[in-house]
Amino acid sequence: MTRDDFLPWVLPVTLMIVWQAASQFGWLSTRVLPAPAEVLKAFWTLAASGELWTHVKVSTARAFGGLAIGGGLGLVIGLFTGSVRWAETLLDTSFQMLRNIPALALIPLVILWFGIDESAKLFLIAVSVFFPIYLNTFHGIRNVDPGLIEMARTYGLSGWQLYRQVILPGTLSSILVGLRFSLGLMWVILIVAETISAQAGIGYLTMNAREFLQTDIVLVGILLYAILGKLADLAARGLESWWLRWHPGYQRATP
Amino acid sequence: MSDTMTTPNQGARVTLRGLSKRYVKRDVLRSANLGIEPGEFVAIVGRSGCGKSTLLRLVAGLEIATEGSVQIDGAGTSGLRQDTRIMFQDSRLLPWRRVWDNVALGLRPEQRPHALEMLKQVGLADRAEDWPARLSGGQRQRVALARALVHHPRLLLLDEPLGALDALTRIEMQQLIEKLWRHHGFTALLVTHDVQEAVNLADRVVLIEDGQVALDVCVPLARPRSHGDAAFAALEDRILARVLEKPHAESPDSRDPNSVWPLPAAHALRWAV
Repeated sequence: MTRDDFLPWVLPVTLMIVWQAASQFGWLSTRVLPAPAEVLKAFWTLAASGELWTHVKVSTARAFGGLAIGGGLGLVIGLFTGSVRWAETLLDTSFQMLRNIPALALIPLVILWFGIDESAKLFLIAVSVFFPIYLNTFHGIRNVDPGLIEMARTYGLSGWQLYRQVILPGTLSSILVGLRFSLGLMWVILIVAETISAQAGIGYLTMNAREFLQTDIVLVGILLYAILGKLADLAARGLESWWLRWHPGYQRATP
Repeated sequence: MSDTMTTPNQGARVTLRGLSKRYVKRDVLRSANLGIEPGEFVAIVGRSGCGKSTLLRLVAGLEIATEGSVQIDGAGTSGLRQDTRIMFQDSRLLPWRRVWDNVALGLRPEQRPHALEMLKQVGLADRAEDWPARLSGGQRQRVALARALVHHPRLLLLDEPLGALDALTRIEMQQLIEKLWRHHGFTALLVTHDVQEAVNLADRVVLIEDGQVALDVCVPLARPRSHGDAAFAALEDRILARVLEKPHAESPDSRDPNSVWPLPAAHALRWAV
């Protein structure tokens, strides 16, 4: 193990030790922050009882349900406005205006429309992930090298063949950038939406724990959000390095 | 198309009649006339912006003529044709397809093995599984050449395909193009700004000036041609002098001493045209 492998871990490990010691010697109230060992124990108990997985499943389903709806629409409409001139003229200005409304500003309206149901959460997530994917898809299509399209047309490609073999692959890197933006946004909106009100999910778990001053479980919830966010980002990177393996900019540092 | 894979290929006869192209404010081509025999190799030279690339794009069907016509084998055409292939200055390989898959672009599934065969002819069979981004500029152009030839075109249009390559790679590519042209027998129309390249490859060199054919000379030299050959150098000099709007000169010594700028050895000016 070289010094560079070891050095980045010095600070977090020291912090953990100080934190644990501070709780153990009573300098830090468990109402403020429970000891790391307590958090791990709570994590373990929740995982063993199966409660943890229920909530993670509910939250993940919400997040990806919203992503599927909002991202899917963003992709389809982005492809449409990017490919068809009159669609851009008709729709793009409106979308650019709507884009400036923060999704969270819609919360009062959303509660009026959907109540505090599942559909309200799905709607909020769908609205917020729509724009990054829409914008990146639209610009991706516009930035496909016209030289490649011209070349493909001289080789007899047209219509769906041209779209599938040239335009879509050329747009893919932009779409994936949009997807990564959306994934980040998706978790943030999910947390807020679940905090408003929920009968299940990580947000419910933490808000419930707050009522009973179970700070260890609150921290478990925060940790879960962090882990899920990281996993989603890793998955998006995995997609990039597979789908864009032809792209010198996305190639892993292999010789 | 599969029948052309086995039967010997015949080049197309190309005839341009009064071909004109006008953009909003500018006449790019003004009633250009040109005839190209089947299997002939014609090079078009001229200064930048003289309309030579536009002429090629009109023959390719990528642009529509304002007036006049392009005839292939005596029949007027417009739009893209499947017996014509174009090689561009940039290779225009699809970066997300492997090299052999690029060559197979537009082939029917049962023809796809021909792609590998054609890669062998351009000497890149061992790079078939690579991504285009891994290739050098010269290798990419060889892949683009293979991609064009795998369709056994009757007319191959070359739009300054070697313009971005270094001098050594250019010479290699010229030899390869000549070899494959002799082997496949297609009609070739090459646009270039390099007079030496034109003289090296073509049966005829055509100069386009102000949107019209200003010079049309045969290159009677035997193939393979040598750059060092005296007849080669004299012909190259003569064409270059004409490109540079010098009075016609039979030998380098008889040039007009009162010309606007002194003309050094033609070789030194080759890249500036």
